[in-house]
Amino acid sequence: MQKTWNNKAWFLVLPVLVLVAFSAVIPLMTVVNYSVQDTFGNNEFFWAGTDWFEEILHSARFWEALQRNLFFSFIILALQIPLGIFIALNMPKSGIGVPVCLVLMALPLLIPWNVVGTIWQVFGRVDIGLLGYTLRALGVDYNYVRDPVDAWITIIVMDVWHWTSLVVLLCYAGLVSIPDAYYQAAKIDGASRWSVFRYIQLPKMKRVLLIAVLLRFMDSFMIYTEPFVVTGGGPGNSTTFLSIDLVKMAVGQFDLGPAAAMSIIYFLIILLLSWVFYTVMTSSDANG
Amino acid sequence: MAETTKFKPAGNLSWLVSTLYIVFLLLPIYWLINMSFKENAEITGAFSLWPQNPTLRNYSVIFTDPSWYNGYINSIIYVVLNTIISVLAALPAAYAFSRYRFLGDKHLFFWLLTNRMAPPAVFALPFFQLYSAFGLIDTHIAVALAHCLFNVPLAVWILEGFMSGVPKEIDETAYIDGYSFPRFFVKIFMPLIASGIGVAAFFCFMFSWVELLLARTLTTTAAKPISAIMTRTVSAAGMDWGVLAAAGVLTIVPGALVIYFVRNYIAKGFALGRV
Repeated sequence: MQKTWNNKAWFLVLPVLVLVAFSAVIPLMTVVNYSVQDTFGNNEFFWAGTDWFEEILHSARFWEALQRNLFFSFIILALQIPLGIFIALNMPKSGIGVPVCLVLMALPLLIPWNVVGTIWQVFGRVDIGLLGYTLRALGVDYNYVRDPVDAWITIIVMDVWHWTSLVVLLCYAGLVSIPDAYYQAAKIDGASRWSVFRYIQLPKMKRVLLIAVLLRFMDSFMIYTEPFVVTGGGPGNSTTFLSIDLVKMAVGQFDLGPAAAMSIIYFLIILLLSWVFYTVMTSSDANG
Repeated sequence: MAETTKFKPAGNLSWLVSTLYIVFLLLPIYWLINMSFKENAEITGAFSLWPQNPTLRNYSVIFTDPSWYNGYINSIIYVVLNTIISVLAALPAAYAFSRYRFLGDKHLFFWLLTNRMAPPAVFALPFFQLYSAFGLIDTHIAVALAHCLFNVPLAVWILEGFMSGVPKEIDETAYIDGYSFPRFFVKIFMPLIASGIGVAAFFCFMFSWVELLLARTLTTTAAKPISAIMTRTVSAAGMDWGVLAAAGVLTIVPGALVIYFVRNYIAKGFALGRV
């Protein structure tokens, strides 16, 4: 759509600006403020320069948590995106099945995140949970409380359970927007199912897939509540992600300086990566 | 998008894929429901696929104890407040982004998006101090405003997508007919994007309802959300599994109700209006 140049549009944006300034800019300034100061309590602060940043960037704890985060996000994207596309392709196209599928599939998305954690915490327990009990009965040595690998698998399966539907719904929205004529043309040309997918469905899903990748990356990269409820970051530190570490530092130990410095580094990483995604998204918008 | 567009299912077994996936989704939820109708002795003592002695005790605990049911009321109050604030603020902004180019519009849009990307963990502590300074701690409005952090950008994003689908000629015709901007916006434009507003409201509701970290940080007693009350019970000694499960089931109910109302628009909504 052709847009007209009109600077008065700023007035329309003003309410959002004020609201977001209050809920984002002021707190962010507080964080910046803490990140360059040190305190011995009593509200006395003095300049600490970049000490906290150096401390964080040199701490193995930070790099390990960052690695876990990146690894987690990578696995989540690698599992959920193909799975989501596959399920969307197999969803019913018309009739009563459509609303039933949509409502049931969207259900996990509307469960409070700590309840998701609770559900899986209970579900995976070897004494009272269906999953843990069944695996035990089948002779699998499964215990997410003690074994790091089991803890990781539990959290990944939980996240697949929780969020794959988002990818499914996005892809489904992309698929139903493809006009019938495309399929008829493909049929006349005698196109195989693979080429229909490769040359019609996939290109038409490109936009929604980008949104899916963006949303899934952001949310998996800042995951906090669900693993916190299920494993509390353990066993050991094996599922301590950046968010969990950060909250532990800021609220648990009240190390304001390092926590603030870590917040800023964390935020900058997300900012950088989302800028990349955004650039890709807008350039694909321009190409249609 | 609601036209009779069809796509080929990938094979005759396609229903099996959807069914298996839905079974996978529902199993853990079934287990929670199953637990909520059991007595604690049965939960910890014997393993059973369905309640042997179904009981409503767990639910009656929640519905008779104010410290439990107030949690639901608190959650609903701040979620509704947040939804109203987010959608009202986002409407004019989304219109501006969908219709006009103005100084710094692209930067502004990206900056809004970055707030959706900000990890709540980063904001927990500064929020606590900011709202303490304003004396807003433990009020519903504090949580509602805090959740604007991610809901306002999202609402702008979704509404902008829906608004861009409305031809610009409609605006121009209305202005020629002598409509003022506010009158045009409320009388003509808003009905046209009613489904978009519904979807945006749904998403604000959803993300405010599921969020715990900020809601828990900003409340102590008077506005404590149900999800935070649940965490307290989880850590308590002598865990009351039955009540925990019942509370969990009750947090799923509002979401399920809301999905039902927007079921026809949900797919388009998840695509943020851009398909």
